[in-house]
Amino acid sequence: MARDVPAGDLRLVDLTKRFGAFTAVDDLNLTIGQGSFFALLGASGCGKTTTLRIVAGLEEPTSGQVLLGGRDIARLRPHKRPVNTVFQSYALFPHLDVFENVAFGLRRRGIRPVDGQVRQALSLMQLDGYERRRPAQLSGGEQQRVALARALINQPQVLLLDEPLSALDLKLRRRMQIELKRIQNEVGITFLHVTHDQEEAMTMADTVAVMNAGRIEQFGAPTEIYEFPATAFVANFLGQSNLIAGVVSGDNGGDILVTAHGARFAVPSARARADRGAVYLGVRPEKLHLADSVDQVPTDSQYLDGTITDASYAGVSTQYLLRAGGGTELSAFVANSGTQRRYGPGDRAVAYWNPRHAFLLGRRADENDRITPVLTEPVATA
Amino acid sequence: MSIWRWLARHWVMGLALLVLGYLFLPIAVVAALSVNRPAHRLSYDFHEFTFDNWRNPCATSEMCEAVLRSVQIGFVATVVATTLGTLMAFALARHRFRGRSGLNVLIFLPMAAPELVMGTSLLALFVAGGVPLGFWAIVVAHVMFCLSFVVVTVKARLAGMDRRLEEAAMDLYASEWQTFRRITLPLVLPGIVAAALLAFSLSFDDFIITNFNSGTTVTFPMYVWGAAQRGIPPQVNVIGTAMFLIALLLVLTSTLRGRRLRNP
Repeated sequence: MARDVPAGDLRLVDLTKRFGAFTAVDDLNLTIGQGSFFALLGASGCGKTTTLRIVAGLEEPTSGQVLLGGRDIARLRPHKRPVNTVFQSYALFPHLDVFENVAFGLRRRGIRPVDGQVRQALSLMQLDGYERRRPAQLSGGEQQRVALARALINQPQVLLLDEPLSALDLKLRRRMQIELKRIQNEVGITFLHVTHDQEEAMTMADTVAVMNAGRIEQFGAPTEIYEFPATAFVANFLGQSNLIAGVVSGDNGGDILVTAHGARFAVPSARARADRGAVYLGVRPEKLHLADSVDQVPTDSQYLDGTITDASYAGVSTQYLLRAGGGTELSAFVANSGTQRRYGPGDRAVAYWNPRHAFLLGRRADENDRITPVLTEPVATA
Repeated sequence: MSIWRWLARHWVMGLALLVLGYLFLPIAVVAALSVNRPAHRLSYDFHEFTFDNWRNPCATSEMCEAVLRSVQIGFVATVVATTLGTLMAFALARHRFRGRSGLNVLIFLPMAAPELVMGTSLLALFVAGGVPLGFWAIVVAHVMFCLSFVVVTVKARLAGMDRRLEEAAMDLYASEWQTFRRITLPLVLPGIVAAALLAFSLSFDDFIITNFNSGTTVTFPMYVWGAAQRGIPPQVNVIGTAMFLIALLLVLTSTLRGRRLRNP
């Protein structure tokens, strides 16, 4: 039944899901290219898991379409969809052994014999010799691989992954990230991966969509989203950003001029999401450099000077907080490469950046500076 | 080592053994009396060891008829109560409907109500409704009080079951029926079997409610009650011991099976 459907993109069209008065998914539109590794990234409760469950058929949308290769599958029963899921808790059948768990989908579709395919799927997951074990006798990582084998053996058009790595410890998670990426390359199936871990989304996916309150805030390649976020939410959900509240005061051809904290800054218009009114001038902490005085700042850079208020040493880098004039506090990551001077609280310093690394975002007039200092390495916390 | 230190170290174990002894002493007496040849009819003292009672359990034919009747009633009542109770447990655990919370409370009432009250009121009901007392009246009464226990037991099992397993099955191309047959039923089955065993043992040894509604039908507990007036035949102890051994065997096999599933 699943085989005759023409392969193609997965498209979500005007998808909405309400639970009573609560709108979990709000008029969502998304196209996921065939064979791509797509990550749906968002904090818990943003509607990403609901979206996944709608694609799987475990939740019926209030309105909208789920098109797979041009066919609307939004109202098909889950067992009629050429889509398989790896659940967050794995949901392995506790009364069946590994072999029967993996063979489950084949048997339900009446495919016979299953032996060869099951053994092949198990060896792809490096689970040879585990056939007769029961889920309760496996470690978390092994259960995860069985869940993956159980879904992949059916060669679905889309594989849905619901936070599949969240139950694993950090080391195993890193290994499985690489492993998943390798498997996706090998089988060429579209992966739709739901996660709240920004690092996981960026390292694994070709395309990332950042979701917030039932809507997509931005989607694109990880570098694109990180280097040029579309909204303040994205700028701070994916890594950190220094967002300085300012007002557009004009433009001089290629640049947009912004006034903030009594100083004027220029941002290339190609790096601007807004070109008038209240804006945020955004700079990533690692794009901020520190110097002792203004005359050390390269001529093509812009700067704010102030006093170091905090220095957190974190091995590879040190995070500094610098209080600039006007009370704004900037966060800067400086790599501990040995070439840079170390600052301590109370030292005067100048924070400078290249305008090509800055970006402009729209801002509501009543919003202030948004700096979210996190006093640790910028890794894997969501 | 002083006696006090020894006591301090072992008193919990000693206490546990005493409690176990308290629990099993009556069963030990029954087992002992099953291999006893009583001195005379009304004597319950251990007189002489013999296997005669075991070789000849049906020496008193009325007793064996009563046992057979109790088994028949227990079987029918168990099948009906387990089927209805399992369906009710599924409805209560899986569906939201009007009166669900009320039903959850009502289901406990038959367990809490005194058996004497239930027995008399059922008798009044049967007489008023023109239902003849006897085998089928007893079955109806037993189904009534077994039902609650089945619902509670199966519901507990269902509550502990992860709904995502069923979702995973449907995601893996199983239709609703296949999901039930391959995933839900096998996972709930231990609960259903436990409920059935409980229902059977409740039915088998019920005396009070049965006594009110039996008419001229005699079940095993009623036979024992009647026989107590003129001397209980030692074969009663054979039946009692046999029931105990069968129950023990069932528990042991299920434990061993469970252990084998976990470490094959």
